[in-house]
Amino acid sequence: MIKVVLILCVLGLGWSLLRGSSSASKGAVRRLVSVAVGLLGIVAVLLPDTLTWLANRVGVGRGTDLLLYGLVVAFACATVAAWQRMHRLEERLARLTRELALRTVDQRQGDRL
Amino acid sequence: MTLDDLATVCVIVPAYNEAEVLESVLTGLLDVFPRVVCVDDGSSEGSADIARTAGATVVRHAVNLGQGAALETGFAYARSQPEIEHVITFDADGQHDIGDALTMLATCRATGTDIVLGSRALGAAVDQPLRRALLLRAALLVSRVTSGLPVSDTHNGLRVLSRRAFSRITLTQPGMAHASELEGAIKSHGLTWLESPTTIRYTEYSLGKGQAKLNAINIVFDLAIARLRSAA
Repeated sequence: MIKVVLILCVLGLGWSLLRGSSSASKGAVRRLVSVAVGLLGIVAVLLPDTLTWLANRVGVGRGTDLLLYGLVVAFACATVAAWQRMHRLEERLARLTRELALRTVDQRQGDRL
Repeated sequence: MTLDDLATVCVIVPAYNEAEVLESVLTGLLDVFPRVVCVDDGSSEGSADIARTAGATVVRHAVNLGQGAALETGFAYARSQPEIEHVITFDADGQHDIGDALTMLATCRATGTDIVLGSRALGAAVDQPLRRALLLRAALLVSRVTSGLPVSDTHNGLRVLSRRAFSRITLTQPGMAHASELEGAIKSHGLTWLESPTTIRYTEYSLGKGQAKLNAINIVFDLAIARLRSAA
């Protein structure tokens, strides 16, 4: 059961890595997920046994193991998101630099032709 | 060819910290070509001043972006100048031969081909170390597979592009993967292409400036991501 969940997570990550689009709906999903993660965190702190119960339901021995799996997936998501953001920034930087360079070009060939 | 014939030709020289040899390369080019544009890719040395003094038009990136981005800036410049009909890309490290460039330009004009690529496989690679030869062999294989173009050489900085070619091709890979990207663009835009023999002269200087071996991995990775992205 957990294997299926984890493999789905990896596939989902790969897909979003390739899609690379940042639409408003994606932003909304990201906000909803972060709220859900926050609530789950509070539940897990107040009632630690629920985590173990959930872990047993998906075929993982201990709650801490489930937490570790979740952490790995969350870290991978964060890495992909940061990579995408950096890639977009680099593209913008290239466009900006090019625009600036072309605006400040000093024409030399005019007096040679 | 007379000066009039070359007035519609723009030589693009991307340069990043090439102060040592830039002046002689640009002076040599300006003896033949009236229009030489040096794209200074944010060099920390005085490359821009050297190019200006030599008499080249200087387009300067405020920050270093990579050779692909510098070439794209050169193309953007050429697109903005309606009288330019052909663009020649020429490396700043002095490994290319101006005679080869003129031959390729003549071929491009005579046959009406969109793009003429320099090939050291058809020509010669003088003083090429074995390691470099093996690295290029690997790069060639990768390029052929990713771009689908049966080229005999890749990462050769000497090319002639017609206006049709440089107004259609847009390079988005800022780094060294641009060479394979360009070959892929030839195929996807249905441009006609030819290869022409060139002589590459390996000097201690040009080898020192050459690509690190591990950079090949970066290139493959960048291309793979770009490829998958365009498919998704």
